[in-house]
Amino acid sequence: MRVEVDQPKCVASGQCVLVAPEVFDQDDDGIVVLLDTEPGAEHEEAVRESAAICPAAAIRLVQE
Amino acid sequence: MTETVEHAPTGLPEHPMPRATGCPFDPLPALRDLQARRPVSRVRIWDGSSPWLITRHEDVRALLGDPRISADPRRPGYPHRTAATRARDQVRSSFITLDDPEHARLRRMVTAPFTIKKMEALRPSVQRVVDDLIDRMLAGPNPVDLVEAFALPVPSLVICALLGVPYADHDFFQRNTQVLVRRTSTEDDVRTANEALTAYLEDLLAAKQAEPEDDLLSVLAEQRVATGELTRRQAADMGVLLLAAGHETTANMIALGTLALLEHPDQLALLRDGAEPKQVAAAVEELLRYLNITHSGRRRVALEDIEIGGELIRAGDGVILANDIANRDPDAFPDPDRLDLGRDARRHVAFGYGVHQCLGQPLARIELQVVYNTLYTRVPTLALATGIDQLEFKHDGFVYGVYELPVTW
Repeated sequence: MRVEVDQPKCVASGQCVLVAPEVFDQDDDGIVVLLDTEPGAEHEEAVRESAAICPAAAIRLVQE
Repeated sequence: MTETVEHAPTGLPEHPMPRATGCPFDPLPALRDLQARRPVSRVRIWDGSSPWLITRHEDVRALLGDPRISADPRRPGYPHRTAATRARDQVRSSFITLDDPEHARLRRMVTAPFTIKKMEALRPSVQRVVDDLIDRMLAGPNPVDLVEAFALPVPSLVICALLGVPYADHDFFQRNTQVLVRRTSTEDDVRTANEALTAYLEDLLAAKQAEPEDDLLSVLAEQRVATGELTRRQAADMGVLLLAAGHETTANMIALGTLALLEHPDQLALLRDGAEPKQVAAAVEELLRYLNITHSGRRRVALEDIEIGGELIRAGDGVILANDIANRDPDAFPDPDRLDLGRDARRHVAFGYGVHQCLGQPLARIELQVVYNTLYTRVPTLALATGIDQLEFKHDGFVYGVYELPVTW
């Protein structure tokens, strides 16, 4: 699983950081920062949930 | 106003609809019926126009995330809440009433204090505020109005510290905010309250520009007003939004949430008897979902034709996203009318959805987590000091809640 984030779309709600803190962080302005572009299977559910609740649809999962 | 108002065909349901007597927490059964039968349908609002009402969770999320709809109330067709909010929205420039890219430019000026890390760092001071207010309440008269003694002061103290607004002025800003969020306020009432708050924030910004402190208004004054990126008036509009939204919504969640828990003792027990942080966080999401205090819905206007739910919304049509009934959609939340603090309610739309989703949500979460985790443990005998049928609910508010909550212990 590969994760992509679209920083220009991010609205800094921070929800991804609450759900998957090992994969997502925020910069000083709250904009999403990807900590791990290819998180392990143990994070898959949390990453999926993050993508689902992201209000700006700024998180994308790419299955390889 | 020069725009023409399309008159609705007769027989359309009126919006907003009053809640059923004796069901203070539930949306009206008629809304449930619309959701099941015709989830995208026209309603009639106060000015005779007939915007679309969107009632399914999936459709509400889809439309709030759709760039083909606008949040700009100056566009023809926008479904205004009242004549007074229509008038106010013509004169203020606030990111919640703008579309991208201007919305994003302004919103990003104020996102920095609301990161998850900054909010976690704030948790101990929120805990101190909550502990102090409980100490004071327990040492004071019994019964007491929980709204006045606790629910309003908690978020007011916290947002004052964050913005750099003197808490000593709380009577002034709370009273004027109440005018802004009441459906019954006249145009004059709203104009006067809005001008008073804006002038107050402009004065504060001027003072901060001269003598900056460690707060958000100082950041706006120094980095945006002094540089000419924002006029002082624009920064003041933003300050009014943050101050008003920062205390009124959370205050209602605290008071109405406490009432809901007192009415559901089995759920209250989960919090009172010591819950893990994860359980408290889940309880907050469920109470946000269940209570839906922003019950007048998100308002938008279509920029293009949009097909949804078997209907065609035309460019220029008004759209009301009914988050209250959307959060009670059985397709999204099984047994939706049951308050169940153990469920996963994170996909609720209580904070909205899309690019306008609530900026202050991380702050609201911290405040509510601390409150719900502390109040009932510290005051385990907390009880309503009057009958629930004696309470005055904010049926006339854009934000739902109770005006007073007399409690005893």
